[in-house]
Amino acid sequence: MARNASARRPGSPGWQRLWSDERTRGLIYQLLVILGVALFVAFIVSNTIANLQRAGLASGFGFLFDQAFFDINQRLIDYTSTSTFGRALVVGLLNTVLVSAMGIVAATAIGFVAGVLRLSPNFLLSRLVGAYVEITRNVPVLLQIIFWWVVLSGLPKVRDSLALGDAVFLNNRGVRLPAPLFESGFEWVLAAALAGVVATVFVARWSRRRQNESGERFPVFWSGLALIVGLPALVYWIAGSPVAWDIPKPTRFNFRGGFNVTPELVALWIALSTYTGAFISEIVRAGILSVSKGQTEAAGALGLRPGQTMWLVVIPQAMRVIIPPLTSQYLNLTKNSSLAIAIGYQDLVSIGGTILNQSGQALEVVGIWMVVYLSLSLLTSMFMNWYNRRIALVER
Amino acid sequence: MTARPFHRSQAEMLPERAAPVTTAGVVGWLRANLFSSWANTAFTLIALYLLWLIVPAIADWAYFNADTAGDDRFACKSSGACWAWVDQRIGQFLYGFYAPDQTWRVDLAVVLLIPALAPLLFEGVPFARQLRWFSLAYPVVATFLLVGGIGLEGIPTDKFGGFMLNLTVGLAGIVLSLPIGILLALGRRSRLPIIRILCVGFIEIVRGVPLITLLFVSNIILPIFLPPDVTVDSLIRVIVMVTAFASAYMAEVIRGGLQAIPRGQYEAAQALGLRYWQSMVLIILPQALKISIPGIVNTFIGLFKDTTLVIIIGLFDILGIGNAMVSNPDWLGLATEAYVFIAFFFFIACFSMSRYSIHLEKRLDTERRD
Repeated sequence: MARNASARRPGSPGWQRLWSDERTRGLIYQLLVILGVALFVAFIVSNTIANLQRAGLASGFGFLFDQAFFDINQRLIDYTSTSTFGRALVVGLLNTVLVSAMGIVAATAIGFVAGVLRLSPNFLLSRLVGAYVEITRNVPVLLQIIFWWVVLSGLPKVRDSLALGDAVFLNNRGVRLPAPLFESGFEWVLAAALAGVVATVFVARWSRRRQNESGERFPVFWSGLALIVGLPALVYWIAGSPVAWDIPKPTRFNFRGGFNVTPELVALWIALSTYTGAFISEIVRAGILSVSKGQTEAAGALGLRPGQTMWLVVIPQAMRVIIPPLTSQYLNLTKNSSLAIAIGYQDLVSIGGTILNQSGQALEVVGIWMVVYLSLSLLTSMFMNWYNRRIALVER
Repeated sequence: MTARPFHRSQAEMLPERAAPVTTAGVVGWLRANLFSSWANTAFTLIALYLLWLIVPAIADWAYFNADTAGDDRFACKSSGACWAWVDQRIGQFLYGFYAPDQTWRVDLAVVLLIPALAPLLFEGVPFARQLRWFSLAYPVVATFLLVGGIGLEGIPTDKFGGFMLNLTVGLAGIVLSLPIGILLALGRRSRLPIIRILCVGFIEIVRGVPLITLLFVSNIILPIFLPPDVTVDSLIRVIVMVTAFASAYMAEVIRGGLQAIPRGQYEAAQALGLRYWQSMVLIILPQALKISIPGIVNTFIGLFKDTTLVIIIGLFDILGIGNAMVSNPDWLGLATEAYVFIAFFFFIACFSMSRYSIHLEKRLDTERRD
């Protein structure tokens, strides 16, 4: 009670005492912020309701079941112009996922190779890779996407297609590839491949346990390669080659057989993977440089060969530095794939834009975009965080 | 007879000899860098072959076999690039649809940028104190010059275009996103839960979606959110969205810097009796921003490159002007020339930003070691 009395000094009004208390002050600030946000939201909501009523728009997601009257030429699932808006959005989502997945794989490969080569002691090589990295990194990706698309559209017409070994044809309508036709017996090949993957996982686990106990190493990579590639190949041969290739044949105006990859997809894929690959190469380079020289020297002193030093000592430690920024590059690539709209590749944003124009359901379509991209981001970062935890440094 | 002293070793110092040819000079450098092993030699040969393929082809295309004069693409007869359009179109590429007799205002704004930036970017600039006041006033001066008003002919913002539009959006975004990013980063680390939640929500939502959807929001959703008689200038909408996007990334970069500051610094600031803002502005932020320089500049570069996205909502920046030219019958099919030309502008701007950031890092790093 004494403290209370001393706080109530004459000449110190109550509000000033309250203001000097950090917690009360924080509370007041927050109340003010809540009030401001609430007013802002109320303003927007009331405007939105008024605007929608005046425009005579019904809000809600019922429009997803209406018929879409447009065509989509790039699709992974069945779709015609009589399908619904909802299905069109799924087609767009799958296209986004397709180009993002292809881009992530290619960008990772390009990035790791370029990152390692840039550290090469070879002056010419490292400068050449450096030029690639600096040029692609410093030019807008949208410009690169449009550039590649224009280059691909500049390929010869269908009649004068560039043929690669009489099976692959390049022309201004894209790339015509042989289509595999799976015959009976192919399921055995698939089963063998699956068995190979499972067996490799077990071999890898067994080998790690054995190495921890005895220090002996087992050639996991080569045995895995044999199991995953060799075993299905063997089954393929035994089953009598159950895949027939539908090889495209040039006809008068087009091709018969095979399947076509659109120039939009190829342009987007090349642009996204070279652009992101340049960023990844810088991340890989920084990661490798972050491993202290002592580690390489210690590995050398233990008698490891340079290749072993790289793969067993440097790369595993560099990965810890590489993974977090690599995740954000993957997310950037996925988000940049939305620039597809500039060249007419029908991804989620592009198809959403068409639906938005046809149905006028702007709020709903934009809401779907945001939810989908946020969940793609969340899924990717969850997976990468899981991987990051697995390889994180275990400290005592 | 004097006994000759017997030396097991050399009596006098031998003169210094030059290093063997194989380890010094050009030959030594070549051996060490290009031909140290058979693999290295193979790489060198491959690289040389690639250079031999690429460099002469590009030089022929861009310069030796190029045409530079003519009124349309039919004037270009040689096998290389056709640069005839540059003379005719350079005005559009730089200024968009800005009134041709007023473009001196854009030029002046760009020239004034030099004294505005110099005291911020470099040390030892004369009159740095006075110039800093000018830097502070520059955004107002530039806006006045570009938009017009008192005494100057008013130019509506929809006439902005070309590289000038990229520069306007880019610079406005850069100037605004740094302070907003700092506030968001501080908010994310705030002890007040409501403020923290709001900042985290803003940062994560904005970072989770592509910029293009935000631009669509500004174009399509904003009119729904606002009272019917209120319209916002499209240039301002774009600047707001680009700034919001960049400041979310900026906030994460700066948060990284804030986290790297040891706890002792925060506690020491408190022990000195500094208030929250005093300790942030005087103690924490100067250190945190110094660490975050590479990330901050990278965000700036990303923002500047992202200004090309305005073409998707129908503004004509340099890329939009290029697209328009490429589909013009007079210049049809000159896409490579147009895009290479545009890429050059961005490369110069972004590459110099990244070089400057490396320079700045080195400068601040040596200060720390003194």
